[in-house]
Amino acid sequence: MAGPEKFDLPQGTLDLLILKVVALGPLHGYAIAQRIQQVSRDVVQIPQGSLYPALHRLENRSLLTAEWGDTETGREAKFYSLTRKGRAQLETETADWERLTEVVGLILRLSEGGTK
Amino acid sequence: MNWLQRILHRQQLEQQLDRELRFHREEYVAELTRRGLSEPAARRRALLELGGSEQAKEACRDARGTRWLEDFVHDFRYALRTLRQRPGFAAVALLTLALGIGATTVMFTVVNGVLLKPLPFHNPSELFVIHGRSNNWNVAAFGEQNLAGPDFHDLQDESRSLEIGGFLNNNATLSAPGIPEYVDLREISSRLFPVLGIAPLQGRAFLADDDRPGAAPVAILTYSFWQRRFGGSASALGSTMTLDGKAYTIVAIAPASFRLYQIEPDVLIPLGQDTGAFLQNRHAHPIHVVARVRRGHTLPQAQQEISALADGLAAQFPDTNKGRTFTFAALRPDAGDVTSTIWLLLGAVGMVLLIACANVASLLLARAVSRERELAMRVALGAGRGRLVRQCLTESAVLALAGGALGVLLAAVGLRPFLVLWPGTLPRAEEAQLDWRVLLFSLGVSLVSGFFFGFAPAIRAPFRNLEQVLRPGSRSIVGSSLRLHTGFVVSEIALAIVLLSAAGMLGRAVLRLSSLDPGVNTQNVLVSRMALSPAALENPDLARAAWKDILDRTRHVPGVASVAVVDTVPMRDGNNQLNYWPSADMPEQSKMPLALATSVTPDYFQVMGIPLRGGRLFNDHDRIDTEPVVVIDEELARHAFPGQDPIGKRLWGPDLGREPLHIVGVVGHVRHWGLASDDQATVRDQFYYPFAQVPDSLVRRWSELMSIAVRTNVEPLSLVGTLRGELRGASGDQVLYEVHSLEKLASASLAQQRFLLILFGVFAVLALFLAAIGIYGVLAYLTSQRIPEMGIRLALGARIADVRWLVLRQSLSMVSFGAVFGLAAAWAAARVLVRLVDGMRSVQPSTFVVVIPVLVAAALLAAWLPAYRASRVDPVIALRHE
Repeated sequence: MAGPEKFDLPQGTLDLLILKVVALGPLHGYAIAQRIQQVSRDVVQIPQGSLYPALHRLENRSLLTAEWGDTETGREAKFYSLTRKGRAQLETETADWERLTEVVGLILRLSEGGTK
Repeated sequence: MNWLQRILHRQQLEQQLDRELRFHREEYVAELTRRGLSEPAARRRALLELGGSEQAKEACRDARGTRWLEDFVHDFRYALRTLRQRPGFAAVALLTLALGIGATTVMFTVVNGVLLKPLPFHNPSELFVIHGRSNNWNVAAFGEQNLAGPDFHDLQDESRSLEIGGFLNNNATLSAPGIPEYVDLREISSRLFPVLGIAPLQGRAFLADDDRPGAAPVAILTYSFWQRRFGGSASALGSTMTLDGKAYTIVAIAPASFRLYQIEPDVLIPLGQDTGAFLQNRHAHPIHVVARVRRGHTLPQAQQEISALADGLAAQFPDTNKGRTFTFAALRPDAGDVTSTIWLLLGAVGMVLLIACANVASLLLARAVSRERELAMRVALGAGRGRLVRQCLTESAVLALAGGALGVLLAAVGLRPFLVLWPGTLPRAEEAQLDWRVLLFSLGVSLVSGFFFGFAPAIRAPFRNLEQVLRPGSRSIVGSSLRLHTGFVVSEIALAIVLLSAAGMLGRAVLRLSSLDPGVNTQNVLVSRMALSPAALENPDLARAAWKDILDRTRHVPGVASVAVVDTVPMRDGNNQLNYWPSADMPEQSKMPLALATSVTPDYFQVMGIPLRGGRLFNDHDRIDTEPVVVIDEELARHAFPGQDPIGKRLWGPDLGREPLHIVGVVGHVRHWGLASDDQATVRDQFYYPFAQVPDSLVRRWSELMSIAVRTNVEPLSLVGTLRGELRGASGDQVLYEVHSLEKLASASLAQQRFLLILFGVFAVLALFLAAIGIYGVLAYLTSQRIPEMGIRLALGARIADVRWLVLRQSLSMVSFGAVFGLAAAWAAARVLVRLVDGMRSVQPSTFVVVIPVLVAAALLAAWLPAYRASRVDPVIALRHE
């Protein structure tokens, strides 16, 4: 499959992405994977074998709740939505991520400046 | 959903998981068809790209967080299944474990009940015993000293940090209601019950008002005495009973658990009503003192306060209290001599359990090797190492717990019969029960054993060279398994040697001790304590007349050859130790030697069969108004007058009276401390003095302690009934109590050794048997692995004997390794035995030498069947295995 190079997600980021995507409204597993793939312009593809264990783990930690419902096409699917605890978790993790990338970026720029 | 629900709704979760993953695939297929693929092509593509759903499902199951429990349930079922598949193996393993754990449980129940369980008082850890210490009291020789009556009262009244109670051991003759009986009496202070934190079962405790001279006599019955004497009748309360001629009103029944120093006496009366002179002076120290630290105070505060009070008493009463201090000791269960027996047996039982574990371990190991291919297959299919180890451990845990449950059952059945076998009295035996502590202990022991014997098979599951293990026809004889196997057998043999040689040493000791001359002729002698009629104790002449009357009456009983009155009897509890010196210039009391002093009537030596070595014995001319005389034994003669003739010499001593004692005779040494203990006793010198020369002031006290010794022409105990009737006295209140035959006392003095011998013997035989099974199991297994090799050897012309020797040699090499370790351990164990058991000589290597042939014989016997089978291998069949 020709396309952008596949990209391995750093440890723990998958959970963050799932939480973020689900924050916009209840979604089923397939839609979550699609949404992440679309938004990342096909850079991030999540295999079944990672997506569902992550969803179930988040559900067990009460960050997500799940409910069976019908899709637009009338099929039964399991829809995940964010809990209050999940929303709080999303906020802290987003803040952490932003701080981390900022700091890492700072350091990388600084070291380039240093070698010049 | 919490984890419990996740387990309970496992089925539902699985269905949902399946639907969820199928939905994902269908959506993808739908999308692919939208993009223009035909449906079959889309399906193929979806399968390829999404991969197998099974891996995803596994990962999701892991994410549930209940995996360990599901695995456990799975392993548990699997373990049960594999055990059922091989009932023979399961039965042998379970039985071995049940015996080991059962025996350990029984011994721990005894340890727990006798030594560990807290005393049945309120907050027993706050309770202390107070002892006295002074320079002229040798604690090592006499044990702790109690307190003088006035000292006790002073401490009780003046201490603010301690609540203090006390009691005094005494005896009394109960003459009504019912037949006269000599009872075990405790005079207790009214504070004792509150200090201990106990209340009577029925009725009221003693009040401060009861606890003073001249108060109305009241008594409390202990539970057992109430049951025995009054049939547990409620009407006992409020009735009267006559003790030493005085009527007491029974005001209470003590609780069933009531014990003072692990003894349940018969009757309690108030200490304060006793007007005995010895309770009023500070020279005599008869009061046992128990104290509880009051709320808001600490032990150091109490100790400080008591030591200040001691200083005050020393200043006030320098004669008696100078240098006297009071020490604190925790009030805790003390089983005395029995303690060492209990620990020894727990150690022996622990060894049996270890052997049982080693046996089961080698059985499991053999099975693990034969299951190697199965395990390799599991690894090939993706089982992790940790997972396999866990599975193996689950299996052994199941085995261990089942064995443990069976063992506890055995212990529950066997405990009471075992306690009946116990020689003498086991203090607090009634506390030895299977309670939660014991169950917890057994559970722990089972799990530890399970881990112990399951670990070796578990860690050697195959991980390398899988393809070799899985290749058809491969033989998986692995060096590490052989070494482990041999290791187990070697340790079993070593442990068996320890137990065998311990049993051997005990056996030799019992043989040697039973053949020792006790110094008395134990045949046909009856000894019994005797309580005179309380009326006869009123004055010395009456008491002397009463004893004379007893001697005369006994002499005329048919079957009686001779009779004497004596205070302390050999090999029975009780002795009187006095300082002596062979010249008039006596040193300080603590520097003088001690001797056992015995007060006797002239016929005593004849009754006991104590041989006269020189001089003369006592006769009726040795009276209170003649020169005080003494007969000494060979030991005293040897120590005090080495190389001289002691006849005609004299003995001085602080408690021997004003006049020195004239030595008129020397007699043989008597093993007063018992056959086993006399050799290492610290006080062995003995002397005898005539009861007729006991001064008037002491006759009452002596008369309370005297026994009669009767030589008979018939079986001694057959005369008890006649003697009781004959000696009842004019008022019918003279009682014989603690009646024994001297022969039984002598044999009871070896009871501990004999009991240990029997149990160690049983354990040793069990150990030998288990070790033999272990040797057999390992050799049978190893030989079966070597059948093709034997076939080749035989085909190439080896003789049958050669092949047999090959197998036997393996057995012997295991025995020799086991012997090396075993002898070293046995030597250490022997030193423990020598230290803990009286009458054991120092470690005897010859005993060990005897043990080895026994073991070699057992090993050869165990190896014989495998060797025989190996030699009967048909080369043709054996080679077809290849």
